Amino acid sequence: MLSLDFLDDVRRMNKRQLYYQVLNFGMIVSSALMIWKGLMVITGSESPIVVVLSGSMEPAFHRGDLLFLTNRVEDPIRVGEIVVFRIEGREIPIVHRVLKIHEKQNGHIKFLTKGDNNAVDDRGLYKQGQHWLEKKDVVGRARGFVPYIGIVTILMNDYPKFKYAVLFLLGLFVLVHRSSEAPCLLC
Amino acid sequence: MNTVLTRANSLFAFSLSVMAALTFGCFITTAFKERTVPVSIAVSRVMLKNVEDFTGPGDRSDLGIITFDISADLQSIFDWNVKQLFLYLSAEYSTKNNALNQVVLWDKIILRGDNPKLLLKDMKSKYFFFDDGNGLKGNQNNVTLTLSWNVVPNAGILPLVTGAGHVSVPFPDTYKTAKSY
Repeated sequence: MLSLDFLDDVRRMNKRQLYYQVLNFGMIVSSALMIWKGLMVITGSESPIVVVLSGSMEPAFHRGDLLFLTNRVEDPIRVGEIVVFRIEGREIPIVHRVLKIHEKQNGHIKFLTKGDNNAVDDRGLYKQGQHWLEKKDVVGRARGFVPYIGIVTILMNDYPKFKYAVLFLLGLFVLVHRSSEAPCLLC
Repeated sequence: MNTVLTRANSLFAFSLSVMAALTFGCFITTAFKERTVPVSIAVSRVMLKNVEDFTGPGDRSDLGIITFDISADLQSIFDWNVKQLFLYLSAEYSTKNNALNQVVLWDKIILRGDNPKLLLKDMKSKYFFFDDGNGLKGNQNNVTLTLSWNVVPNAGILPLVTGAGHVSVPFPDTYKTAKSY
């Protein structure tokens, strides 16, 4: 049986190899974290890569597409830009386009957004009494785009069992696998 | 069991790498292209009203009503990595209240395969041209209309490009109070 083979492998490993595998795993996790935090610093956005969750920007973006964001202070918000923003009190980010901006001399800017596929602007989505968005609501501006890749994230969110299964299998594979000829999944 | 799994694994990894390389190729071959073309915009009618901003804020603001013509040939922008163009006509101006205002008056989506030659006449704006305040009255040489577009690729950068050509819209000094327009 498959599981017995794996268990034999684990028993055959001595302590040092086990520690090595655990450290290896830790290295992978911390490298991923470093890359993510590094991206956050370079782009100036708290979430430099987002997945499109709704169809309000079709036909440009569909559910599951990946967007690369920047939020640098030197790039002012202008109409036509695709902004990812959060409404105060809600945590789901929305990806829409800037329709109108009014910027004062001191740099304070208020703007209105609308989804390409929506018939009306977003004032119905904002908080009660809120007519404009401000810089603080912005997570980032979309600068790059890759289609379809984000479907995995949506699947993992909608079916948590799938997420646990994937994580469990990955962890098992990395910890137990020690042969060097076989293809490496995470490197 | 072992060979089926390892074969499936290498096949999967290989197809992923090929797709990643293709996607990167799409992106890098079009990342530095010039995406601007000449456009010609003309304004045939301008009217100014002062009403309560019913689209949101509710205070009395200037409302501009513009009828315009646009002509442009966007054929040269479409290449293997352009999925659609999101065109928008925007008015840019400055007022006493705000140093910079930009309002999108009209937009259009042109998908790959649609007719890329624009020849539009007597178009009415799609969105209400409300100012934040009363800054449009008497604004003689400040309001500029430009046509820009957002290039949406199959994969890659999402640039905002402004067409080469703009028109200045002089607004009258008085409000129109007639009942119909």
